Amino acid sequence: MDWLQFLHAFWVGGLFCVAAQLLIDLTKLTPARILTGYVCAGVVLSAVGLYGPLKEFAGCGAAVPLTGFGHALAEGVREAVKTDGLLGALSGGLTAAATGVSASLFFALLWSLLFKSKQK
Amino acid sequence: MANNGVIRFTGGCYLAQTATTVGKKEHQGPLNAWFDASESDEYFGQSTFEQAESEMVRRNLRLLLEKANVKEEEIGAVLGGDLVNQCTGTSFGISGYQIPFLGLYGACSTIAEALLIGSSLVSGGFLPSAVALAAERQYRFPPEYGSQRTPTAQYTVTGTGAFLLTAEDTGIRVADGVFGVVTDGGITDANNMGAAMAPAAADTILRYFDHSGRSLADFDAVVTGDLGQEGLELTDELLQNCGLDIAPKHLDCGVLIYDAKKQDMHSGGSGCGCLASVLGGYFFQRMRRGELGRILAVGTGALLSANSAFQKLSIPSVAHAVCLESTTGKGA
Amino acid sequence: MDAKAYQTYTESRAKRSHVLRDCLRAFWVGGLICCLGQALNVIYQWAGMEEKPAGLCVSVTLIFLAGLLTGIGWFDRIAKYAGAGTLVPITGFSNAVAAPAIDARAEGYVTGVAAKMFTIAGPVIVYGAVSSILYGVLYYLFTL
Repeated sequence: MDWLQFLHAFWVGGLFCVAAQLLIDLTKLTPARILTGYVCAGVVLSAVGLYGPLKEFAGCGAAVPLTGFGHALAEGVREAVKTDGLLGALSGGLTAAATGVSASLFFALLWSLLFKSKQK
Repeated sequence: MANNGVIRFTGGCYLAQTATTVGKKEHQGPLNAWFDASESDEYFGQSTFEQAESEMVRRNLRLLLEKANVKEEEIGAVLGGDLVNQCTGTSFGISGYQIPFLGLYGACSTIAEALLIGSSLVSGGFLPSAVALAAERQYRFPPEYGSQRTPTAQYTVTGTGAFLLTAEDTGIRVADGVFGVVTDGGITDANNMGAAMAPAAADTILRYFDHSGRSLADFDAVVTGDLGQEGLELTDELLQNCGLDIAPKHLDCGVLIYDAKKQDMHSGGSGCGCLASVLGGYFFQRMRRGELGRILAVGTGALLSANSAFQKLSIPSVAHAVCLESTTGKGA
Repeated sequence: MDAKAYQTYTESRAKRSHVLRDCLRAFWVGGLICCLGQALNVIYQWAGMEEKPAGLCVSVTLIFLAGLLTGIGWFDRIAKYAGAGTLVPITGFSNAVAAPAIDARAEGYVTGVAAKMFTIAGPVIVYGAVSSILYGVLYYLFTL
């Protein structure tokens, strides 16, 4: 097993979180805006060709943060445009995101059947 | 003639009895011994948080009637409100009682507004008695949503207080008060309500002492509703700039109700149940014991809505003040 | 004091968050979640999965775990400590979908649960999709 891969996943993933923590503490950005910003940033970083190599290097340290979700959208679009042309720009992104989004929605419905909200 | 909203209850209006009910966190707080009832079930036996608030209002009003030994028919009117949409928390809770109801909205200042209007009706001889109440329990965010709160943020109090006002002398008089002006300090940060409400609190307190004919020396305490630690300090500073030093006598219910450190409550409690429960529990009983002779209760309300916050508008605020004094000459 | 001066003053005196402490917590918890992802990835590939489906299964597993912790009321406690450490990994997205869903049960499964799921997730999906579309169009134009 490649232990170095774990080390890189740890510090790269951790740094993505630190950057967001700085945004939370030092600006008035709400978590919802930060999540949205991270996905869009992932698309941009992937488009300019930075995120692919980062994921090679850090594995889940780059794939698990929401920027990785953006990267998946961009990769999906890139592949779809290659095969389907312009139509791929519309179909590629959400196709690539479908697994994560569908899983989130399906499980959320399940949790709402099983659990009740508790006061904090 | 300009009177700046100062109102004197010359006909006589007295505080006969109070009842307070709080939730679990308030039960664990330092004021627990002063509340009449607490509920450890966050749903108050109901199926939703909104119904829980109504149930809290319903139970607490029944408790007040029992404590004061009066019948529903003897109450002239109930005046009160809450912060659930369209005041449904209170109106659902009051339905079933055969008592006329006036719904009020003054955000977290609602109880002070209700006491002033209720006292006017009783003092003017229009009603033999009235009940002022306000309630709130926390419900704003999905509780399971994971997020961090900023140090200036406050925690919404689960609690309610009901006050029975009558024309007979009961030992505690509602003497006078002042209606507040809407004040806008331009604060937009909903996590810093203290800063948003401090200018309103300062304005009302200043106007009260300028026009009521009373001075700070006449009072044992100035009690604000839910400024929290941040807002308390800001209000004191704003008033000091105007030459009025209330700091030694200034108490804030939002600061008193929790142990901020132990309970991790950041700047303290907030919500319209905060002043209602602490004034009706802690301060009412201390006045009855003769430990406090005269207090000025100042309810502060941040007049924002979810929409106005999304539209990035600033948070206008209002504060109403009501003076309670002992008629037996005890205290200061 | 005029409104402008008051705003500046209140902002300057407001207690700051403990930035360094928050960042350290976000770093180790966030890093650990990514390592958990990495470990799952290794396990799935060891069990014979291809690289791509293994990656997707990692996401699904983390989404499942975060949702479960949300349901039993642990996620918000961890998040209170870790801040962005649980927000930024896919766990934060899962929590943002599950928490309003659980809270909105009383408003019904259509108007409550299903609608409220998208309170935070909606904007993430919309702007993620839109930026990917824009990128796709640009990519198409430049690779013609």
